[in-house]
Amino acid sequence: MDLTALDLSPLWDPLFRVPLLTGLVAAALLPLLGLWLRLREEWLAALGIGHVGAATVLAGGALGIGLLPAGLAGAGLAVTLKAGLGRAGNSGWGVLILGGWAVGLLVGANTGLGEAASHALVEGQLYFAGPVHLLGLAGIGAVAAVTLPWLGPRLLRSHLFPEGDRANGRTAWHWHRGFDALVAVGLIMATTGLGLMAAFALAFLPAWLAFRRAPSWRWALALAPAVGVAVYLLAFVAAVALDQPFAPVLVVALLVAATMGLRR
Amino acid sequence: MAVLLEAIGLVAGYTEPVAGPLDLALKPGEVVGLAGPNGAGKSTLLRALAGEPLVHGGRIRWADGVRRAGGELALLPQKPPRPAEVPLTAREYLGLTGAAPLASMTPWLDRRVDALSGGQFQLLAAQARLGAGAAVVLLDEPTNNLDPAAAERVAEAIDLAAAAGRGVVVVSHEASFLERTCQRTREVAPWT
Repeated sequence: MDLTALDLSPLWDPLFRVPLLTGLVAAALLPLLGLWLRLREEWLAALGIGHVGAATVLAGGALGIGLLPAGLAGAGLAVTLKAGLGRAGNSGWGVLILGGWAVGLLVGANTGLGEAASHALVEGQLYFAGPVHLLGLAGIGAVAAVTLPWLGPRLLRSHLFPEGDRANGRTAWHWHRGFDALVAVGLIMATTGLGLMAAFALAFLPAWLAFRRAPSWRWALALAPAVGVAVYLLAFVAAVALDQPFAPVLVVALLVAATMGLRR
Repeated sequence: MAVLLEAIGLVAGYTEPVAGPLDLALKPGEVVGLAGPNGAGKSTLLRALAGEPLVHGGRIRWADGVRRAGGELALLPQKPPRPAEVPLTAREYLGLTGAAPLASMTPWLDRRVDALSGGQFQLLAAQARLGAGAAVVLLDEPTNNLDPAAAERVAEAIDLAAAAGRGVVVVSHEASFLERTCQRTREVAPWT
């Protein structure tokens, strides 16, 4: 490949700044949330939540509802469904994935949106991310930055010492539902910006790597977002320079990074 | 001295009673053992004491302040949750309950919990409950799968908790461990 022929000029185009920043927030936030999802062995739930969110955003689009309200409604629906299906574990997440996927495609195919809209949401179109995506993700990122230092240790404790909560009559479900809501809004906003599989890969792969390699939880909290951001920036540059669709480039880059890191 | 926990004629079970009646009074600094053969219902009685809805008869009385908010009761189950893979050090694990590490833990305190031996994790899990600041600590078979040296480390952790004024109830099928750690031992018989 002739590297001197690569066209990097779009990187300096102001039109790319909002998409770049939107993805950057998602690349830092989702790996962090992925740590607790992995701890609870619920990383597959991220894909189910993403599918339900995508279907809801498409339905909202068909009804003329804006991205943010539709995304929040999707998050509420995803949290409710997850709470109902949670006891079934992977089987429950499988139902979420299949249901969200089928409804999303059917909504796209039977409304003015067209099938292309549902495919775009699944495959991702980061370069069209606008201020609404950026503000939505930055908002949920700010909420996560404020709540996770308080919520995170409680989630860890209730997972590793569940008998303590029961014995003292404390209920932990509201902490878990609160975290679920954070995950659902973050994933759905990221899905509308980066695409379903790119958002899922960011929640899944860096956390897996951090679980295998980090020497402590404190290190995992730093390593997972660092991997997400570094790989994201690399993928963004590569996709622009090589004129490739962004989401699959990001997923491939994350897979390569995870494979190298897990095998080391 | 005030009684922290009192069981009067406690009968515990699931759909049917399986163990009891048990009379027990626990004061601060006391270590009381529940002995009996496998299947006698020791763990069922302990879980009933921990507040699980297994009480079929009798009653449990708590001192004021115990079982109110703030983790006044700690329970070590027979199999404490241990994820197969988690980037959490032994020090961080203890920090979740606010327990201080024991001197014998120093060599492996910064090792991940998924890299600890079974004995190291059992001691860590016991100390995380014993040092959590709870007034009453209930331990279910704390020496499971431990060699005598590791069991002695657990016994020392129980000694320290009792010295700090905690009341401890220990369930074990090992008579020698109960003799080593407990001031009193109650024999548990299956419900008849």
